[in-house]
Order: sequence, then structure tokens, then C-alpha cells
Amino acid sequence: MDELHLDLAQPLRAFDLELALDVGAEALAIAGPSGAGKTTILRAVAGLVTPARGRIALDGETWLDTERGVSLRPEERSVGFVFQDYALFPHLTVAQNVGFAARARVPELLERFRIDHLAKARPGELSGGERQRVALARALAREPRVLLLDEPTAALDAHTRAAVRLELRDLLHEIGLPTLLVTHDFEDAAALAARVGVLVEGRIVQLGSPTDLVDAPADAFVASFTGGNLIPGLASRRERGLTEVALETGGFLYSTDELEGRVGVVVHPWEISVARKAPADSALNHVRAPILALTPAGNRVRVRVGHLTAEVTAASAERLGLRQGDVVVASFKATATRLVPLA
Amino acid sequence: MRRLFDTGLALVCGLALAFLVFPLLAIFLRVTPVELFSQLGNEAAVDALVVSLKTSLIAHAFVLGLGTPAAYLLANRRFRGRAVVVTLVELPLVLPPAVAGIALLAAFGRQGLLGGTLDAIGISIPFTQAAVVLAVLVVASPFYLRAAIAAFEAVDRNLLDASRTLGAGPFRTFLRVALPLAAGGLGAGSTLAFARGLGEFGATIMFAGSLQGRTQTLPLMIYAQLDQDFDVALAVGALLILVSLAVLLAAKFIPSWTSFTSIWLSRSERSISS
Repeated sequence: MDELHLDLAQPLRAFDLELALDVGAEALAIAGPSGAGKTTILRAVAGLVTPARGRIALDGETWLDTERGVSLRPEERSVGFVFQDYALFPHLTVAQNVGFAARARVPELLERFRIDHLAKARPGELSGGERQRVALARALAREPRVLLLDEPTAALDAHTRAAVRLELRDLLHEIGLPTLLVTHDFEDAAALAARVGVLVEGRIVQLGSPTDLVDAPADAFVASFTGGNLIPGLASRRERGLTEVALETGGFLYSTDELEGRVGVVVHPWEISVARKAPADSALNHVRAPILALTPAGNRVRVRVGHLTAEVTAASAERLGLRQGDVVVASFKATATRLVPLA
Repeated sequence: MRRLFDTGLALVCGLALAFLVFPLLAIFLRVTPVELFSQLGNEAAVDALVVSLKTSLIAHAFVLGLGTPAAYLLANRRFRGRAVVVTLVELPLVLPPAVAGIALLAAFGRQGLLGGTLDAIGISIPFTQAAVVLAVLVVASPFYLRAAIAAFEAVDRNLLDASRTLGAGPFRTFLRVALPLAAGGLGAGSTLAFARGLGEFGATIMFAGSLQGRTQTLPLMIYAQLDQDFDVALAVGALLILVSLAVLLAAKFIPSWTSFTSIWLSRSERSISS
């Protein structure tokens, strides 16, 4: 099976992009904030930019080796590139777009992506989801050995996004190509990729499965990027296997993690329960604060309690009669928290 | 208040239109269609029409053939001195044609920079049809280049990149993506340049003279007839208006340049692949 190897260095405006990765027959996501250098990585693999230093190889085939002066042209590299805004050719029909690289497979691809009824339509007449399917079909027509996806769901509205994510996950699984996708959305990365590398200012700060990143964030950025609450404080005492963290806003939290100095207490929204009164259960951590906002998300409700975001089922929210302004207690276990160092 | 403003706008617009159309109308009020057709039998007028069309078409072939790749390059490459090059390209737009004429003489004339060299190999350019073509080229090509650079710059770079990642080399990308997408702007620039070339007067009369059947174009003939036979001058003027109008209409009614070129390209590709 093909393996994509890349090792790149490229000075960007505010920092240097530097990374080394091996991507097997899997989807690997590079996730990070805008401007971290994500798109540059994809463009370098495709040959649209030549990095200052680096090596890119697919199995034994070298695409780029700056030391040996090797740099294949984009058309010589076997990549399928799906651009962020899909970059469909506006003057060509759907069938012509898909057939741009290879005509023979057009009928098969149109059918596979359920766009055969749009064959004669122009990209301007399509919805976001349809455009994405056309872009994918077009990229795969060439039978590429590597697939590159730039922010695959960013151009879609929230309603379409969830459905497209599922489709895309199945597709990536089915084609089994080395796939590099970049996204600023951790949910995208977690849904589509087996491994996620978090890119901050040109460097991968952590690489692991989505679960790894959630369970053991390497730093404060990864913790908040994966959707965790980050509460800053000072780890003061350790007693009976618990670290006591004195919060900057007053009060204490307890964690089973061991760390000293300025720390962030990380807790994910689904680990936090919300009640009218502090429950008499095993949870050690209680934060009493007014509800600032209630945001429904599917069958759950995100509840903003003071500085914390908790996630409860819509049924519980209804049973408790939660309303904005109510003072409630948010509780979570010491075992559900992680401590990350803060500068 | 709003009605007053609207009425005012309509009035000014009508005035501007009248100012533009009235002189043209005046020609047709003085030249009857019969006189116009009788001029088509006038040998000098026919000669001038042939010289005009021939030199304009040859010059235009050069404008399109050399200008299109040059504009593509200038639109897509960033290099030191690009701004200077673009400014030089646009300079003839603002130069009086008389300057272009004297400059051409200075370059290719008998006493000019290249005059001696050309003379040595038996070529003399001034006062030939080649001189008319050169004069038209200098004066008209900037109109096309400017429009073409803008048209190519307006093509989304991502589309060119997408084409490359789909296995198309730079030339195929140019043909199948850049050219069809810029076609609207190229068509408009092409029309403008052709019309400007057809009307070229100042540079031509200085560099090519006004020899009937050789270098006398329609505009030069109008000038030549002015103090000989005013009615002939009028009729030739009417003829030139009709030719210009035909050029303008052709550009507008060729059913969308975009689909035109893409049909042409897909057809030519099919014939290659079959």
C-alpha cells in the first residue's frame, strides 16, 4: 500500500512552517487555527508551491527533494486536490468538470456521487453539497494515489455539514487512499480522520487519535481546540492523590492529574452535570453560577454556566426547567479533569 | 424632488446622446444610399476599403497572436519591473498618434536607427503596406493588451491550480481554463483594438503616406478628398461608419464569446482524441 512521506520547512510571514509526517492508507487531519500554515502543506504536496527545504515521496517515488533539486510539476504528481471553495470550472458542465482529467470514468463517477441528473448543469446552479460531490468526483477521476482535502466542509451551511461529514467519512474509508485533510474545525477532523495533528504556528503540537487529544491534551491550546473548558489556576497542594487548584476567580477545583505551578484545569462539556443544588454524589468539583446562555444542539443543550460550558440532554434541560439567569451548580468529577501547564 | 432629479438625469442623458449622434446623422442626411452605393464603384474608394481591411486584419492577427500570450504572462507572473513593463505597454494609449508616426520613422525610416540595416538587406518599410500595419499595431495593440491583462487577472488562480492538479500542463490549462474564462474581456478588447486600428490616421499618414491602392486607407482618403470633392469625402465617411458598426455588432452578437470558445475547444479536442 502507498505511503506518503513528507518533511517540509517553509518560512511564512510570522513564523516558520516545519513538519514531518508519514501518511499510510488512512485519513490524517491537520487541524489548527486559520493562518497556521495548513493550506501551504497541501499546496506543497500538490506541487503548487515549492517549500524552501523538504522532501516529499510516495512510496519510492520522489516528488520533491530540495537537496537533490528534484521537484515534480503539479501535473506529474498523482494527487486529487479538493479545494476549499471547490474551484469548479464555471464555464464547464458538471460532466465536463468531472471529465476534465479523464473522460472514460465520467458515467461511473456521476452515478457513484449521485450527480448524474446534474450532468449538464453548470457549477453556478448547484447547492454547496452538490458542488462538493462534483469536486470529489473530479479529483478522483484521475485515479490519484493521494487525496488532499482543504477545509472540506467550510463552504457548507451548518445544516448540510453534518450529513456531508458522514458521507465523506464513508467515502474516505471506502477508497482507502493516503488522505491529508486540513481543517480549522476539530469536529471535522474527529469525524473524518483516524489521526489528527494539531498545527499551531507552523508546528504540530500533538499528533494522535481524536480520543487521545480529548483525553490527554498536550497543552492548553489542544484542550480548548478539542472543545474542552479551560479554567486557569494555581496547583498548590497535593493530598490523597488529588491536586488542589486555587482558581484565579476564587474557589478550588480538584484533579487526579499531577502538575505544579500555573495550570489550566481541562474538563469537557459532556463531563459536567447541571443541577439546582449541589448534588450529594461522588463529584468533588462544584461551580455555582448563573446560566448565561442556553444553546440547543441536536438532542442536547449547551449550557453556559459562568465560565463553564456544560452539555446536557434536551430532556434533562426540560425536566430541570433551565432558563437564562437561573443560578445553578455545575458539577464534575476530579477524575474527569486534566491539568495542562499554562505559561 | 426625486422626480425633478430623474427628469434632469434623463434630459442630460438625452443631450449627451444627441451630441454624439447628431454629427453621424448629419453625414447620412447628406449622403443618400444611392450616392453611397455609387461610391462602391469609385475605384479609389474601393482601393481604400481593401487597403483598410487588409492592413487592419493583418495587424489584428499580430495583436491577437502576440498580445494574448504576452497579456497572460503579464497577468500571472510577478517579477521586478512588472509595473514598468505594464506602464510601457499602456503608454501608446495616451501618446498622440503623430508621436507614434515620427517614432516609427525614427526607428525604421531611411535615416532611422534600423533604416541602414534594413536597406542593406533590401528592405524598405516606410510608405508601404507594411508601414500601415506597423502604425496600426503601435496604436491599436495597447487597447487589446490592457483589456487582456485585466481579463486574465480576473480569472481565479485557484481554477488554474485546480487544472494543474488534474493533470493538465500549463499550455492545456491556458487553453481550457484561462482562455475561455477570459474570452469575454478578450473579445471586448479585441473589438476596441480593431476599431481603433481601422480609424488610425496620424501615425499612418506620417509613416506610410497616402498612396492610393497601396497605403491610402479609408480615413486617409476622407482627408485627401476634403478639398477635392466634399461629397466623396462624406460618402467614404458613411462607408467607414457602416464598417465600424458592423465590427461592433459582430462582437456583440457573436453569441457570448465564452461559449463560443468552449464549443470550439471541445470540438477541437474531440477531433484530437478520435
